[in-house]
Amino acid sequence: MDKKLEPIVKALQEKFSATLEEFRDEAHLFVKPEQIVEALTILRDEHNFELLSALTATDYWPQQEPRFHVVYQLTSLAKNLSLQLRVPVNGSDPKVPTSTGVYAVANWRERELLDMFGIEFDGHPDPRRILMPEDTVGHPLRKDFPLGYEEPQFTFNLEEIDLRKPYAKE
Amino acid sequence: MGIEQKLGNMGVVTTTLESMVNWSRTNAMWPMLFGLACCAIEMMSAQASNYDMSRFGMELMRASPRQSDLMIVAGRVSKKMGPVLRLLYDQMPEPKWVIAMGDCASCGGVFNNYAIYQGVDEVVPVDVYVAGCPPRPEALIHGVMTVFEKVNGQKLAAPAVK
Repeated sequence: MDKKLEPIVKALQEKFSATLEEFRDEAHLFVKPEQIVEALTILRDEHNFELLSALTATDYWPQQEPRFHVVYQLTSLAKNLSLQLRVPVNGSDPKVPTSTGVYAVANWRERELLDMFGIEFDGHPDPRRILMPEDTVGHPLRKDFPLGYEEPQFTFNLEEIDLRKPYAKE
Repeated sequence: MGIEQKLGNMGVVTTTLESMVNWSRTNAMWPMLFGLACCAIEMMSAQASNYDMSRFGMELMRASPRQSDLMIVAGRVSKKMGPVLRLLYDQMPEPKWVIAMGDCASCGGVFNNYAIYQGVDEVVPVDVYVAGCPPRPEALIHGVMTVFEKVNGQKLAAPAVK
């Protein structure tokens, strides 16, 4: 971990009783969903983390519970630092408060997470799907979403698949 | 040409109405100007001077579906693009033909996933499938020639029935 990052991480750990994980000199702080907005606000206003460079999620199903980690990758251009905040969310009712009030860029990112993982963001101004069509069923980047859409056609099953293939009408 | 000298003044040509109509359809078949993915590069190359599709009366790519007869689906069609493609097809005047160019448009290609149609024939009725990833311009031109063969075989009584 960067020397300049240590006091910031320490302050956050004390304030939110957050756990710290380090991986290849990168700091990952685990906070609870209800703490994330305040943590982001403190990092932005007091520690110069003015850029939310990535907001994404990871699905650890079925190895871990809670299965989702919402990942906030923050960058401080002024101090040349980067810090990752992670919010573990369970799979049955994944809900995180929205951070659009802190970083405006979070708007579309949170919509993407809603689309791809089904993680809901409380208080989001425009909670719609962003990539998939509105009538899509399911969330494609969840690990339990079926992988292939159609069985590949070979000589032995060509006709069988052809029968149930939805050809367009005139 | 030489044939005029042999036959004298050829003021009149007799032919069937059917072959006349089909001749005019095949020799001024205007494809629609749109490409969806890398196949579009090969389609442009087929249009450009090296391969020169204008030899077959196809030099005009129409940007409006209302002026085009042929839809070349060049690339993979995503689930979100499907309704748009169908709308464009519906706006084309009869008679109209569709070429599924490349593996993605024909059967989904390597994109066997949630976002891509497994063959554009789920959205619009396809006349000719051109294999290849992407097909070379020769292959596309061969596909177009195959459409021409199909058009030349059409009867006037049922002009738009495939």
